[in-house]
Amino acid sequence: MTLYRRFDAFDRGLHVALMVSFLGLAVSGLPLLFSESVWASRAAHALGGFQAAGMIHRISAVILIGVFLAHLGRVGKRLVIDRDFGVLWGPASMTPQPRDLRDLFNHMSWFLGLGPRPRFDRYTYWEKFDYMAVFWGMGIIGGSGLMLWFPTLFARVVPGWVFNVATLIHGEEALLAVGFIFTVHFFNTHMRPGKFPMDAVIFTGRLTEDELREERADEYDRLRAEGRLEQLAVGPAPAWVLPLARIVAVVVLTVGFAVVALIVLTLLNAPS
Amino acid sequence: MWTRFGLFCAAACLVSTAAAAGQSAVKPPANDDCLACHSDPAATRANRTTIVVDPKAFEASKHAAMACVDCHQDLVALEDFPHPDKLAKVNCAACHDSAQEKFTQGVHGQARRNGGTLAATCVDCHGMHDIKATADPTSRTNHQNLPGTCATCHGNQDIIDRGHIQIGNVAAKYHDSIHGRAIEKSGLAVAPSCVDCHGSHDIKRKTDATSQVFRANIPATCGKCHTGIEQRYDAGVHAAAMKKGDSRAPVCADCHSAHAIQRVDTDVWRLSVTRECGTCHVESMRTFHDTFHGQVTALGFVRVAACADCHGAHDIFPQSDARSTVSPARLVQTCGRCHDGASASFVQYDPHADRHDKARNWSLYFAAQFMNWLLLGVFAFFGLHTVLWLQRAIRAQREVPR
Repeated sequence: MTLYRRFDAFDRGLHVALMVSFLGLAVSGLPLLFSESVWASRAAHALGGFQAAGMIHRISAVILIGVFLAHLGRVGKRLVIDRDFGVLWGPASMTPQPRDLRDLFNHMSWFLGLGPRPRFDRYTYWEKFDYMAVFWGMGIIGGSGLMLWFPTLFARVVPGWVFNVATLIHGEEALLAVGFIFTVHFFNTHMRPGKFPMDAVIFTGRLTEDELREERADEYDRLRAEGRLEQLAVGPAPAWVLPLARIVAVVVLTVGFAVVALIVLTLLNAPS
Repeated sequence: MWTRFGLFCAAACLVSTAAAAGQSAVKPPANDDCLACHSDPAATRANRTTIVVDPKAFEASKHAAMACVDCHQDLVALEDFPHPDKLAKVNCAACHDSAQEKFTQGVHGQARRNGGTLAATCVDCHGMHDIKATADPTSRTNHQNLPGTCATCHGNQDIIDRGHIQIGNVAAKYHDSIHGRAIEKSGLAVAPSCVDCHGSHDIKRKTDATSQVFRANIPATCGKCHTGIEQRYDAGVHAAAMKKGDSRAPVCADCHSAHAIQRVDTDVWRLSVTRECGTCHVESMRTFHDTFHGQVTALGFVRVAACADCHGAHDIFPQSDARSTVSPARLVQTCGRCHDGASASFVQYDPHADRHDKARNWSLYFAAQFMNWLLLGVFAFFGLHTVLWLQRAIRAQREVPR
C-alpha cells in the first residue's frame, strides 16, 4: 500500500519535544494547583521536592519556548524566504477560515444523523483549534509564567497585583490546557473509534493512501488534480519508529488519564 | 521462705523480751533495735512483702540523724514486739507543715481528699527511708531526676486510665520535647522540669486562676526563663487581646504546645505552627492557600514564606501599626528578605488576595470570572462535541463492519 508524507522529520521532532515538555510542565506544576490534596504532596515529594519540581518546570518551559520559537522560525522562513503564502490562507494553512465553520456545522449534523459525513482538507477545524490553542496558551501561560519566574524584574514595569492575576490565570489556563489535551485531543486524535488506540501519523509522518482518501478527501483530490500526490509518496518508516511510538503513546496516555482522573476526583471531593 | 519467717519471729521475740526485762518505764526502741529485724533482706510481713529498710540507704538519707520512732511515733511507747504489720501513717506534716499545707491545696492533695487512692503523696515523689535533699543529684526530686519521678505516674498508662488523668501521657510528650531532651539527654540545669512550670507541692489545675499554667499566667511562667520573648509577646497584638480577656488570643502553649515543645527550626514544627495560625485566622489561611507561598507550604515545604516569616512570631502587630513587619512602610524590607530587589511596585502584590472579593482585588476577581467562563465554555463545547462524535462513530462502525 502506498504511503504518503504528512509531517516531515522536523515537525515530528517538534511534536515529541512539545509532548515531553508539556508532560514535564503538567506533572511538575499540577501539584501546586492541588496542593491541599494528599496525592499532590506525594507527587511533589516524589519529584524531589518543590525546588526540584520547579527546576523540572523551568527546564520544560524553556524546551517548550524553544519548540514554539522553532516553529515560528519555520513559518517565518516559509513566508520570507520561500515566499509560500499558502501558510497564511488556503487549504494548507492553519488559519481558521469560513470553511472551518461550515465543516463544524456539517460534522455536528453528521453526529446527529442529519447529514453525510463532511469531507475534510489537510487540516480539520479541531486540529486547527488544537494548534491555535497552543498560541493562546503560549501567550497566556508562557507570559504569566515568565512573570512569576522573574517577579522583581517584571515589577519594574508592572505593579505587583499583576502577579496575583498571573498566578491565577497561569493555573487556570494550565488546568484548561491539561484537561483539554488529556481528554479532547486524546479522543479526537487517538482514542476515537477508527483510530483507537492511537494515530501514529505524528510519529511516523506517514499516511496510507486509504487514510488520506477517506479522512482528507479534499486534500487527496486536490493533490491528485495538481499532480503532486506522487511527489509525497514515501517508503515505510524505519522499523523502530512504530513500536517506540506505541510505547510512548501508552505511557503518555496513561499519565494523561491518571492526571485527569486525579483532577476530577479532587474537584468532585472539594468542599464547594 | 518459712525458715526465714521463723528467723524473723525469733529475732523479734528476742528484742521484745529484752525490752520487757530491761525497764519499767518504757524506753523507745533505738534505730539499731529496729534494724535488728528490718535489715534482714529476707524478712517479710505475714503477706510476704518485705519489711527491709536498707541501713545504708537510710544512713545516706536526709533523715539519717533521726530516730525511726521520730516518724513512726506509734512505736514510741510500744512494748510488745514484733509490732503489728500495720502501723499508723507517718505524718510528715509534723515537721514539714508548710509543704503539707501546700500539698492539701494542690491537685494531688485534693484528689486524695476526694477519696482518690492513686494521687501522689509525699513518699511517691520523695521516697521513704532514702529521702534525699532535692539538691542531691541522686534525689528523686533533683532537677535531673524529676521528670522520671513524675513519669512513674504520668507516664504510666494504667495509672493514667485508672486515675482519669485527662491530659494523658504527658511524660512521653515531655520526654521528646526540647525541654525534656535538654534535661534527659544534655543534662542542662537551665531547662525546666515539671516543677518549674507546675510548682511542686501546690500543683494546681490549669483551670485554676492561681495556677502557674492557667491561661493568663502562662506568658509569665514561660517568661521566667524566656524573658526577652515574654517582653516581645507582651508588646504584641496577641497579648493585648489576651489582656482584654479574649480567651481565643493565643498564649505560648497554643503555638508551642505545653509538653511537646519542639525546636522551632524543624520543618514539622514550622508546618504545624502555620496550621495553628489558621485555626483562628481562617480567612487569611484560605487566601494564603491560593498563593504560591501557600501552595508550597501546603505541599509540606517550608522554604517559602508562611505566616511568621512575614508577620513575625511573638511581636506581631496590626498592619496599621508602624512597628508591624507588614506595615506599608516596612513591606519592601520584609518582602526583600527573600525577594532580592523587591520594590514599591513589587510589594503591591497581595499575599492574601481573594478572587471572590471584588472590592479588594477587582483585577483578580474579573480574571477569575473570565477564566471560569473560558474553561466552562471550552469543556462544555468540546465535551458535547466528543460525546456526540463518540456515539456517532460507534454507530458508524456497527453499520459498516470491517
